[in-house]
Amino acid sequence: MTASISLNFTPQVEYLLRIADTCLILGQRLGEWCGHAPVLEEDIALTNVALDLIGQTRALLTRAGQIEGQGRDRTLDEDQLAFLRDERDYRNLTMAELPRGDFAFTVLRNLVLGTWLKLHWDRLQQSSDAELAAIAGKAVKEARYHQQHAADWLVRLADGTDESRRRVEKALAELWRFVPEMFAADAIDDAAVASGLGPARSALREAWQAEIAAVFDAARLAAPAEAAFRSTGTLGVHSEHLGRMLAEMQFLQRSFPGGAW
Amino acid sequence: MNVQAAWAVLDLVPDPEVPALSLRDLGIVRDVRAEGSGLQVVLTPTYSGCPATEVIERSVIDALDGAGLGPTRVTMQRAPAWTTDWISEAGKRKLREYGIAPPGPVAAGQGAPIRILRRTEAVACPRCGSARTERLSAFGSTACKALHRCLDCREPFEHFKPI
Repeated sequence: MTASISLNFTPQVEYLLRIADTCLILGQRLGEWCGHAPVLEEDIALTNVALDLIGQTRALLTRAGQIEGQGRDRTLDEDQLAFLRDERDYRNLTMAELPRGDFAFTVLRNLVLGTWLKLHWDRLQQSSDAELAAIAGKAVKEARYHQQHAADWLVRLADGTDESRRRVEKALAELWRFVPEMFAADAIDDAAVASGLGPARSALREAWQAEIAAVFDAARLAAPAEAAFRSTGTLGVHSEHLGRMLAEMQFLQRSFPGGAW
Repeated sequence: MNVQAAWAVLDLVPDPEVPALSLRDLGIVRDVRAEGSGLQVVLTPTYSGCPATEVIERSVIDALDGAGLGPTRVTMQRAPAWTTDWISEAGKRKLREYGIAPPGPVAAGQGAPIRILRRTEAVACPRCGSARTERLSAFGSTACKALHRCLDCREPFEHFKPI
């Protein structure tokens, strides 16, 4: 069993981990569809999106590791960061870690998080960190396809049969209370804005709402009212679901350190 | 001299996922520089998660070292991000002949918010040339391709997505 790594959580590192971990955990959840999607084309599509997300994660974690290691005698690599952190050291949005649900739930989550990620990538192209800007320049192109794919399917399901509509509405009711976390303001975001590293989540709310509203209009869906509940994955306090996912995700690297194939 | 020879060699190294194209056709070789007695090759990734990246790196080293131009060092450069606009004209022709509809130009306005529910994109069938085609899935056998079907000759085909 390999011991967990401990990180020096500077605001910069935490900012990067929030985006990286959201990509990583969502990518893992989408990977669970491999062999289980309702049709073959979607099996391939969802795992392709997962692959893009994992690729983006790799670049972000590598960069986060470099920044975290500045002035220290070691640099954590992408695998160490992905597989050897304890649950509380993950900084993903809680929404990303929720179990994969049915296809309607997956499509809605992909739209909600995919739009959030796309807006981040779009702004991060102007990051003061040249490497992050370069990663974003690539990722934003991929994110557009992800968002488009989710939007197309959401309209199709909402406008489909009574059953598909019912499932979309159920997914909406389940997911919506995790939305406020996506736009919460805090000192980490303030520091990112001050240093030019990237945008504050709270500043993306309006653009996100406008893009979601366009899809919801086409799908004849109404966004539910904002709930009082606040999820806290970006602060490291997660739902019960992340730990179970990590147990499976980390098992191989913990049991066979550095294992590769 | 070696640099010129290297470009010629890279013209013959196939992309592992779309072997009809050479790495040079694909536009991912950003630079070749003399370095000591060998070469430095600068590549750019196509997609963030492209699983072929490591294979490509290996095949570049094998090809150039095999041609006696090495030792070869490969470095990756992300910015500016690769675009399908960098696929050469010869590459686009090869794609069509291989049965993959080549990408159209990447719209200049791609930075603007995407249009939700963009339905029609006229992708010509690489087999019969008909413009009456429909998209079956936005993601094909690899992340860089979408799956389409020709409504005239009825053949399914892949489209290299503009990105």
